[in-house]
Amino acid sequence: MKIPRPKDVKAAAANDATLVVTSADFLLSMVETRWASKNGSGRKIESSQREHRELQKIEQQLTKLQSDTGQDDATRTEIRQLHERVETLRKQMAAHFAAWEKTELARHPQRPYALDYIERIFTEWSEIHGDRGYADDPAIICGMARFHGEEVMIVGHQKARDTKQKVYRNFGMPNPEGYRKALRAMKIAEKFSRPVFTFVDTPGAYPGLGAEERGQAEAIARNLREMARLEIPIITAITGEGGSGGALAIAVADRVLMMENAIYSVISPEGCASIMWRDASKKELAAQALRITAKDLTELGCVDGIIPEPEGGAHTDHAAAASHLDEVLKKNLSEVKNVPIKELVASRYKKFRNMAEFSRVEA
Amino acid sequence: MAWFKRQSGELDTSGEKKVRTEGLWVKCDNCRQIIWKKDLEVNLNVCPKCEKHNRIDARTRLAQLLDDNEYEIFDSNLVSTDPLKFMDLKAYSSRLKQAQADTGLKDAVVNASGKLNDRSVIVSAMEYAFIGGSMGAVVGEAITRAIERALESKRPIIIVSASGGARMMEGVISLMQLAKISAALSRLDDAKVPYISVLTDPTTGGVTASFAMLGDLNIAEPGALIGFAGPRVIEQTIRQKLPHGFQRSEFLLEHGMLDAVVHRKQLKPYISRALDFMSPAAA
Repeated sequence: MKIPRPKDVKAAAANDATLVVTSADFLLSMVETRWASKNGSGRKIESSQREHRELQKIEQQLTKLQSDTGQDDATRTEIRQLHERVETLRKQMAAHFAAWEKTELARHPQRPYALDYIERIFTEWSEIHGDRGYADDPAIICGMARFHGEEVMIVGHQKARDTKQKVYRNFGMPNPEGYRKALRAMKIAEKFSRPVFTFVDTPGAYPGLGAEERGQAEAIARNLREMARLEIPIITAITGEGGSGGALAIAVADRVLMMENAIYSVISPEGCASIMWRDASKKELAAQALRITAKDLTELGCVDGIIPEPEGGAHTDHAAAASHLDEVLKKNLSEVKNVPIKELVASRYKKFRNMAEFSRVEA
Repeated sequence: MAWFKRQSGELDTSGEKKVRTEGLWVKCDNCRQIIWKKDLEVNLNVCPKCEKHNRIDARTRLAQLLDDNEYEIFDSNLVSTDPLKFMDLKAYSSRLKQAQADTGLKDAVVNASGKLNDRSVIVSAMEYAFIGGSMGAVVGEAITRAIERALESKRPIIIVSASGGARMMEGVISLMQLAKISAALSRLDDAKVPYISVLTDPTTGGVTASFAMLGDLNIAEPGALIGFAGPRVIEQTIRQKLPHGFQRSEFLLEHGMLDAVVHRKQLKPYISRALDFMSPAAA
């Protein structure tokens, strides 16, 4: 058996390197083309799993190659360029899926719901029921509680985890009586000068036959008008899904805060995709286009602050999520509490009056 | 030598054959009656046979409501900035341009001040032909300004809605318009300035869930589709056929959501009567 001389080994390695680079380049261009065609044309975007895996493989090969010694300068530059291409593609994919990933996190079945937060942040929770007109809506919970010793009113959407409870809570989709109950609770708070906290987490107001008969639109509209002039501090936290009018109906507040992975939108990404793209599977595109993440809303000036979540999302650690929320609520309450109430209502009005002013005057 | 000779020169091939009756007659969508268009216009675009109230544009509405077709238009120069740079199968900016060219308006609402039976009023009329009358930042701002104008001058305001709801292409910004307009209405309410909401076909979504339902009186034209969720969404949710006449004006009247269903011919006298009641007695 012939023992290769050192010179031959070096040459073989160099040869090998060029081969790897060429093949990596080829693979990468395949992934790029596929991504471009998926993103642009009418083809479905099912998942990015495959692309992610392939990118990882290419990356591994390149890193290995980089750590090897004995390449010439040309190969080195090529490797660097390939690295950059992988990075750009990664970023594109991340941007594309970021909004949709947040949507999935916001809807995560293990995500803490209003009662989970109430249990951890408040004491002496005492629920109140019914709209005094028709029924009690379990999709919205209202009640008195103590927040660091202070009496407060809580209003929040409530979702549930097991099927029976989900049906009971109507998947967090309130009927008109839910909104009327919420308003009634807020009026009680106003009468006795207690601040109101609202927790928003709903796919939207329930689009049912009975809801229409009993005036879903009127119930929401009235809440919007009354909350605008309610003479007590109101603080809203959007903890999960902020589903359109159904969310806004309890979110006209002095401070509207959004959890890091929450979304707030005029229509669900699926709904938007099926109307605008005539294809519900374009939900990722719609989620991105609608700009529904906490960061987007802050940039658009529609929310006042972002509440951080534990690494990986609120569902990974309910206690940590609650303590983050607690801290932010405490800070905001102490800020608004010291403002004279007339001033507070005036500044709330001004905030919503000047919000989302994206029109310009043309000659 | 020919026996006959062609007298005139060439055949006239210029221009197309014209059917002179084109556009003179229309067929009612509801009862299939053939109606002379002039008759329909004289009848305020209501079918003389079945009383179907056809949709009319914002300016026709103003002409029908205000005395002598005289009014002053304001806030007509507001234009959307396309805040999300929204792009679906077509860019929102090009949809806007198209709608502007088609309707001659900058967005889906016309604000006007004029006289209604000699009383100064503000009227905000929505234009359904402009992207489904949808409410984005411009519509929100324009209606808010109309309310503020009514508040400052203590003149009654009439908002005629015709809209599919919030404008999806402006995302959460359109949602915030609901809060903005409703907040403005709370001030109008505090100041006891009359506000009459007129709901016409169709009024759904975010428009119903904000200002359209907040009038001192909510009145509707007969047969108008009025609701929060669209009928198709409800059908998909409850998985059954909806009853006949569901979400029509008469249905809402029956369920106590409207003060009255008023025929288009009676609209002006009805509003005038209501404003008599609401305005402070003349000195």
